Amino acid sequence: MRIAVKTIYTIWLREAKTFSREKFRVVSMIAQPLLYLAVVAKGISSAVTLNGNAGINYLTFMYPGIIGMSILFTSIFSAVSIIWDREFGFLKEVLVAPVPRWAVALGKTFGGATISMIQATILILIAPIIGISLSPLIVVEMWIMALLIGVALTALGIAIAARMSSMQAFQMVMNFLVMPLYFLSGAMFPITSAPPLLKALMTVNPLTYCVDGLRNIIFSNTLMTAGPFVGRSVVEAAMSFGLIRWSLVFDMSIVTFVAVVLTAAGAYRFNNQQE
Amino acid sequence: MLTDVIHVENLVKKFGNITAVDGIQLDVQSGQIFGFLGPNGAGKSTTIKILATLVKPTSGRAAVAGFDVVAKPNEVRQSIGLVFQDQSLDDRLTAQENLWFHAMLYDLPSTLFAERIENVLRLVDLIDRRHSLVRTFSGGMKRRLEIARGLLHHPKVLFLDEPTLGLDPQTRNAIWKHVKALREEKGTTVFMTTHYMEEAEHCDKIAVIDHGKIQAIDSPAMLKRMIGGDTIIVSGDDGLAESLKRAYNVEVQKVGSEIHFQMASGAEFVPKLIAGFAGRVKSIQVKQPSLEDVFLKLTGHSIRAQEGTSQDQMRQMAQLWRRR
Repeated sequence: MRIAVKTIYTIWLREAKTFSREKFRVVSMIAQPLLYLAVVAKGISSAVTLNGNAGINYLTFMYPGIIGMSILFTSIFSAVSIIWDREFGFLKEVLVAPVPRWAVALGKTFGGATISMIQATILILIAPIIGISLSPLIVVEMWIMALLIGVALTALGIAIAARMSSMQAFQMVMNFLVMPLYFLSGAMFPITSAPPLLKALMTVNPLTYCVDGLRNIIFSNTLMTAGPFVGRSVVEAAMSFGLIRWSLVFDMSIVTFVAVVLTAAGAYRFNNQQE
Repeated sequence: MLTDVIHVENLVKKFGNITAVDGIQLDVQSGQIFGFLGPNGAGKSTTIKILATLVKPTSGRAAVAGFDVVAKPNEVRQSIGLVFQDQSLDDRLTAQENLWFHAMLYDLPSTLFAERIENVLRLVDLIDRRHSLVRTFSGGMKRRLEIARGLLHHPKVLFLDEPTLGLDPQTRNAIWKHVKALREEKGTTVFMTTHYMEEAEHCDKIAVIDHGKIQAIDSPAMLKRMIGGDTIIVSGDDGLAESLKRAYNVEVQKVGSEIHFQMASGAEFVPKLIAGFAGRVKSIQVKQPSLEDVFLKLTGHSIRAQEGTSQDQMRQMAQLWRRR
């Protein structure tokens, strides 16, 4: 048990250290979501009105989704670095060490989740610029959500990467897993008004609950300035117009459950690989 | 008393239809430098991977430091150091961080960290570069750092998979000096693979392996004695090999345009050969037996003839893995 904890800590530290050394990755991690927010969200918000007229603009609606997207990309990228490690041989050093492999997988999972949390923290700081007011509680709740979904998604990535040996495979993961996960998460359009097939797919996507939860969290301290709900909470308005689908407790429960299941799956798959 | 620190019995490993290791049997005694000599693809690396618990054998038994590699992988891993054929350092970390990382994974007491890390870095002459990122190192420096890392936890057995592949002679000699010093100081057993004949000469015992099977195990001197005298290499006309066979009742082997055979005392044989085959022989060489000759005699082909680059080999391995 002591060895397992030490292993988790060691692998986690390596993830954090190597991350901080990759300047390009740090920069792109911050720049990419900002680009989405400034270009995509801004562009779309000038053209569309959401679900009736709640008085919530598209930029506000999409902002929690952008945080969800960043966590998704960062987590999967962290996990898929296993393929990198395999290609450049470093994975062997870890696999031949006298440590339980599931502990290695857990260390990697927490490493990915930590980086996700850092990124979410940076992104939450720009909230006041787009008219969302923050509170310490919001930041803490967001950390918990980022940790949970970061763990879940990194573990998912590990479960997939544990049996992969090439970078082409990584491209496939990006195309057939990450992008659909993002598009079907409710980050770009609300689940309530989606066609039935998409709605079904969105319901089984864990990221949907993360994005929904983030909306619950992030809008909780802001009041409406326009529309029928003026002077009342943005959460209330979003809820009644179907821009938020579930309660925060429900979202958190689902994400917690998924995080536990996927962590177990990732650790199991990593534990039982050969070479 | 000498004890067997590695014990291998009827070891078989199959990848699909391909038998990479075919019934290997060997014992390595404590403190020995044991060499595994064979061309690429002969099953050397697979055997090391089985002994290091990275790959499970199809059948047979192997024990390292008294622990079965299948039943007690963790105990085996704790007792061995492993230097891989391909690089396995994290090049985004410094030399010292790589070693620190290893010390953590092998659960060294933290009070020993500083001293051990300094010792191994001195041993491989990298103490000045301890805070440099590994990505700034040359191939030889990386290899030396890997060897340092393999020694950090004082393993009972050190596995070296082609430790000097692609290194310059100077670095190669330095590494051999370290390996031998280690054996003297710590009694570490060294199990290495190589396809360089000159390197195999350093070993106490050599197993010659080809097509997954061990052809012979003995000391380099004994293996060479097996050849039975000096090697005579002649070249000449087309029918020369047949004529030589009949005239001297020797086994001849053709290597390219050359004819190889063994004679008890080569120097005295040369005048006889010239007298008997004047005009038909173009050139004569007399060679003290080398391990190259041993390999040729045991397997019927030269070790160099089959040599591919390690990248080719990796590609082959990758294909094997995908096919599984």
